[in-house]
Amino acid sequence: MRLRRTQALMIVGLAMAMVACGEAGEDDEASGLEAPVVESPDFPEGSQMAEYADAGAITIGVKTDQPGIGFQGAGDDEPSGFDIELGKYIAGQLGIASEDIDWEETISDNREPFLQQDRVDLVLASYSIDPERLKIVGQMGPYYITGQQLLVREEDKDTITGVDDVQGVEVCSVTGSTSLEQIEAEGGIGRGFDTYSECVEQVRSGAIDAMTTDGAILLGYEAETPDELEVVGDEFSEELYGVGYYPNTDTEFCNFLRDSMQQAMDDGYWADAFEATLGESGIETPEPPEMAPCP
Amino acid sequence: MDVLFDQSDAIFDGFWETIQLLLISGLFATVLGTFLAAMRVAPVRVMNAIGTTYVNTFRNTPLVVLFILVVFGLPELDIQYTFFEKATIALSVYTAAFVCEAVRAGINTVAAGQAEAARSIGMTFTQTLGRVVLPQAFRAVVPPMASVYIALAKNTSVAAGFGVTEATATLSALLNNDPQAAYWLFFGIGLGYVAIVAVISTGSHLLERHWAVAR
Repeated sequence: MRLRRTQALMIVGLAMAMVACGEAGEDDEASGLEAPVVESPDFPEGSQMAEYADAGAITIGVKTDQPGIGFQGAGDDEPSGFDIELGKYIAGQLGIASEDIDWEETISDNREPFLQQDRVDLVLASYSIDPERLKIVGQMGPYYITGQQLLVREEDKDTITGVDDVQGVEVCSVTGSTSLEQIEAEGGIGRGFDTYSECVEQVRSGAIDAMTTDGAILLGYEAETPDELEVVGDEFSEELYGVGYYPNTDTEFCNFLRDSMQQAMDDGYWADAFEATLGESGIETPEPPEMAPCP
Repeated sequence: MDVLFDQSDAIFDGFWETIQLLLISGLFATVLGTFLAAMRVAPVRVMNAIGTTYVNTFRNTPLVVLFILVVFGLPELDIQYTFFEKATIALSVYTAAFVCEAVRAGINTVAAGQAEAARSIGMTFTQTLGRVVLPQAFRAVVPPMASVYIALAKNTSVAAGFGVTEATATLSALLNNDPQAAYWLFFGIGLGYVAIVAVISTGSHLLERHWAVAR
C-alpha cells in the first residue's frame, strides 16, 4: 500500500511537472506585424463580402496547438502563427480590425462540419487542399506548400535519418490524420493521439521514436526545444494549404480571397508574417506559391 | 453506403482491436475486482481499508485522467509497455473498481446464515467465500456485471486518443479521407458497438435464466 501510494504520488507529480513545462515553453511575443485595415471597402450588394463587412465581424477557424502555424498557449488572449497573421490580413481587406475577429478552434475532424454549419466563416488551419474535401467545401490556394517530415529526439537523428528508416518504428501523429496513413504505407507503425502536443510529448519522453506530420508544424516544435528535437529527412509528400470557405460554389468570394492573398504576397506582408512565425525556427522564407484559379 | 463495404477491412481490423481490449481488460478487471471484493468483506481491517481506498480512488477518477497518468506517466518513470498494454492497464484498473462493487453487492444478497453455517462446520474464510458465498453471489450479479462490461465496451473508445487504432480511431481516419460519407461511417461504426453490446446483453440474459433458482 505504502509503495503504491508513493508511486501514485510520483506519477501525479510528474504529470503536473509536464503540464508546467508545456506552459513555460511558449513565450508570448507580439509579432510586430500590423495587418492593414481597409476603410469602408466597397463590395457588390448581397455578396458574402458585403455581409461580413456590414457585420464588422468574422469568425475564423484556426488550429491552436501548432506552434508557428496556429497556437494558443494557456495564458494567451488570442492565437498566434502564420495562419493567424494571414487571417488578420483577409479580415483587414473586409474592413474588419483584428480585434473584431472571433477565433474559433477547429481540429482536423471538424473543419468541414464547422464550415457547413456556419460556426466558422473561414478556415485557416493547416488545411490541406484535397479533392474529397473540395466536394463539400471551397478551398482557395495554395497559400503555402509544405510536406510530411519526421521529428525525432536529438540523440536519434543519426539512426532515423528519413522516411526510409521508419520500417517497424512506432511513429505518432493525430488520430485519423492523413499523415498517419501515409507513414503506415511507408512501413511505420502508426500511433494516433488526440493532439499534436500529446504526440510530441510521447517523443520527448521516449515512449515513441518519431512524430510525423507537415514539416511546417514539426519545425514549430523543434523551434520550441532545439536541443531536444530535430526534424530529419526530406519531405515525402506535398501538402498545399488552402483557405476554407463555404459554399464551394461561391466563386465571387473565392476570387476575393485569392485577390487578398495575392496582395499579401505582393506587398511583402506574406513574407513578413512568415518570418515572424514559422521563420523563427530558422528556415528561410520561401517564395510565395502560385495560387490556382478559382473554380 | 459503399464506403462501409469498401473499407470493411479497416473497420473489421478496428473492431478486432476493440474486442481484444474488451476481452483482456474485462478478464483482468473481473479477477482484480473479485479479489478486491473479497478484501472488502474479509475479517481483516487493513484489507477492508485497502479495498475501500482502491474503489474510492479509481471509481472517482475520470477514465481519461487515468489514461493520461498511465500513457504519459509510466514512460517518465522509464516503465515501457506497448500502447495496447497501457490501454489495458488503464481500462482494467478502472473497471475493477466497478466489478468490485457489483460483486460486493452480490455477496450482500447471500443470507448471513449461509456463511455462518459454513463457518460452523469448520470452513476457513477462504473456503466459506470460495465454496459457499461467491457461487451464490455470482448468480445475483449477472445483470449488474453485464452493465459493467457494456460500459467497458464503450470505454475502450477512449484508447483511440492514446495510440491504439481501435474502432473509433478507424472512424476518425475514414472520416478524414471521405468527409462526405460522414453519416454512413457514424452509422456503421455505431452499429458495430451496438452489436458488441447486444452480444453481452444476450449472453447475460441466457446466463441469468440458466442460473435462476427459486429462493
